[in-house]
Amino acid sequence: MVSRIAAIMIKEFFHILRDPRSLAIIFLLPIIMILLFGYAITFDIREIPLGLLDHDRSTESRALAQSFAASGYFRIVKILSNPSEIETAIRRREIWAALVIPADFEKSRQTHAVQVVIDGSNANTAIIIGNTAQALLLDYSLTRLQTPMNPLFRIEPRILYNPALKSTNFIVPGLVAVFLLMVCALLTSITIAREKETGTLEQILVSPITALEIIIGKTTPYIILGFLVAVAVLIFAKVVFSVPFRGKPLELMVLSLFYIYASLSIGVFVSTRVRTQQVALMVSLVGTLLPSIFLSGFIYPIASMPHFLRILSLVVPARYYLQIIRGIMLKGIGFNELVWYAAVLFLFGSVLLGISIKSFQTKLEG
Amino acid sequence: MTDSFAVQVRDLCKKFGSFTAVDHVSFEVGKGEIFGFLGANGAGKTTTIRMLCGLLLPTSGIARVAGYDVYTQSDRIKSSIGYMSQKFSLYDDLTVVENVEFYAGIYGLNRDRKTALKRTREESGLGDFWNRLTRDLPLGWKQRLALTCAVLHRPPILFLDEPTSGVDPISRRRFWQTIYDLAEQGTTVFVTTHFMDEAEYCTRLMILYQGRVIALGTPAELKAEYKKPTIQETFIHLVDR
Repeated sequence: MVSRIAAIMIKEFFHILRDPRSLAIIFLLPIIMILLFGYAITFDIREIPLGLLDHDRSTESRALAQSFAASGYFRIVKILSNPSEIETAIRRREIWAALVIPADFEKSRQTHAVQVVIDGSNANTAIIIGNTAQALLLDYSLTRLQTPMNPLFRIEPRILYNPALKSTNFIVPGLVAVFLLMVCALLTSITIAREKETGTLEQILVSPITALEIIIGKTTPYIILGFLVAVAVLIFAKVVFSVPFRGKPLELMVLSLFYIYASLSIGVFVSTRVRTQQVALMVSLVGTLLPSIFLSGFIYPIASMPHFLRILSLVVPARYYLQIIRGIMLKGIGFNELVWYAAVLFLFGSVLLGISIKSFQTKLEG
Repeated sequence: MTDSFAVQVRDLCKKFGSFTAVDHVSFEVGKGEIFGFLGANGAGKTTTIRMLCGLLLPTSGIARVAGYDVYTQSDRIKSSIGYMSQKFSLYDDLTVVENVEFYAGIYGLNRDRKTALKRTREESGLGDFWNRLTRDLPLGWKQRLALTCAVLHRPPILFLDEPTSGVDPISRRRFWQTIYDLAEQGTTVFVTTHFMDEAEYCTRLMILYQGRVIALGTPAELKAEYKKPTIQETFIHLVDR
C-alpha cells in the first residue's frame, strides 16, 4: 500500500514541477491579491472628496465645514455656489458627496436640516458617507448647544483586536482561506479530471491500486503545496503589512489541516462527477471559490445576508476556517475556543470523501 | 468451470440504459492463446474488455478471468492482468524511466526494482529514449512503452485494446513480434484490432456485431466456413450483409 501511494505521490510531484508556470501562478497570485487588497482595494474610507455649498457664509457654517474637514473622513475639494453645480460635480466624479448648509444656519436656533447629497452609484460608500456625516453632525451640534451639555448616554467604543480597523488585518486571513481552498479543491479536481481525460486513470484503475490509495497519493502533494502557499502568504503579510499574529502558529497549522481536509474532499468530490478538466475548473470555481469569497464572511458579514444565503453559508467550509484563522491571528485564541469549527470541517470532509470514494471506481462508466 | 482457461465468459451482458452494448456473449480463451477480437466501432469490444478487466460491472452473465470472478474478485483479477487501452495513456510530462518506475510502484515491484528496471531497459529497446520526456517519443515508441508498462508485473493475461492504431507498419510488425514472444512464454493475449493482417496472426478470432458474437474460430476455420480467401473478406461478408 505504501509503495503504491508513494508511486502516485512521486509522479504527482513531477507533474507539479514540470509545469513551472502553474507553480509560479499558485505562489504569485496570492501575493498579488494581497498587494491589491492591501493598497488599492481598501474598505477603509478616508478623505472622501466633498463639495461645499454654503448658503449661510457665517462663522457657524464655516465651523461646521471645518469640523468635517478636520475629521479626516472628508476633504473639501470644491466650493459650490449654486445647487445645480452639485449634480454636475458628482457626475464628473469630482466629488462623492456635497454638504449643503441652509441660509439661516447661524441665526436660527431651531433644528436645521443640513443636507448631504451623496453619490449612490456605489452603495457601500454611500452608506458609509451617510453614516459618517450623520455622526459628525451630531458631534458638532452637541458642542454648539447654547448651554453646552453632555448627552445622557454616549457610546464609548473600544475596538478589540484591530483597534485601527485596518482592512488588511482581516483580509489576509481571508485570503489564506481562499487560496488554501483554491490549491486544495481546484487543483485536486483538475488533476484527477486530467487523468480521466487522458485515460491514465483507467490505466491505473486496472492495477491493484485502490481508490483510497489513489486519493491519498494524489492529494498529499497538494496538501504540502497548500501549506507552503499559506506560509508564504502569512510571512508576506507580516513583513509587508505587519498583520498581527497573536496566537500560536502550531495551533493554526493543526487546525488548518481540517480545513485542507474539507477542501480536498470538495476537489475529489467534484472530480468524481466530471469528466474534463474544463468542467472541473468551472465547477470548482463556481462551487467553491465564489462561495468562499462571498458567503463565508470573508468580505460580507454573514449576519447581514438574507435568510436563504445564511443557510447556504453553513456548507461553506471557509466560513468555519475564517473563524479559526481570524481567531488565532487577531484574537490570539486557540484550540479550546475553536475545536468545534474544526469538528464541523472534519465532518464535512468525511461525508464528502466517503461519497466520493464509493463512487470513484464505478463512475468510470459515467 | 475449470482453470484451464484464461478467460471464460458465458451469456455476458452489459446495458447502458436501454442500449445493450454487449448481448449474451459467450466464449473461452485458452492459456497461451492470442485471441483476436474483431468488430466495427461500437460493436462492444471495448465494453467487453472493460468488464473483463474489472473496470465495469456486467449487467448479467458469468465471466471468470484467470479463474477469478469479475463480480467479486476484481482485486485478484487486477494483479493477474495487463491492460493497454486504445488511447495512449501514460504520462506525457514524465520521462520514459519515470513512467516505468511509476508502474513498477503501483504494481508493488519494489523488491528487486533495480534489476527489473535494468532488464526492462534492455528488453524493451527503449534505452535510447530512457531519460526523454514521453511526449517527445514517436507514436510507435510510445506504444512500445505502454506495452512495456502493461507487462512490467509479468501478468499471465494481457488485454490489448487496438494497440497498434495509428502506428507505422514497421513498428506494428515489431509490436506483434513482442506479442508472439509473450504468448510463447505462456502469456494469454486478448487483442482487439481493425487490421485484418493482424487478425491473421491470431490463434483464434471472434467477431462481434452489435454486441453479439457472429463468428468464432481459428482464422483458417472462418475462411473455410465462409469460403473467403482472407479474413478481411470474411469480416466484410459477415458484418456488411
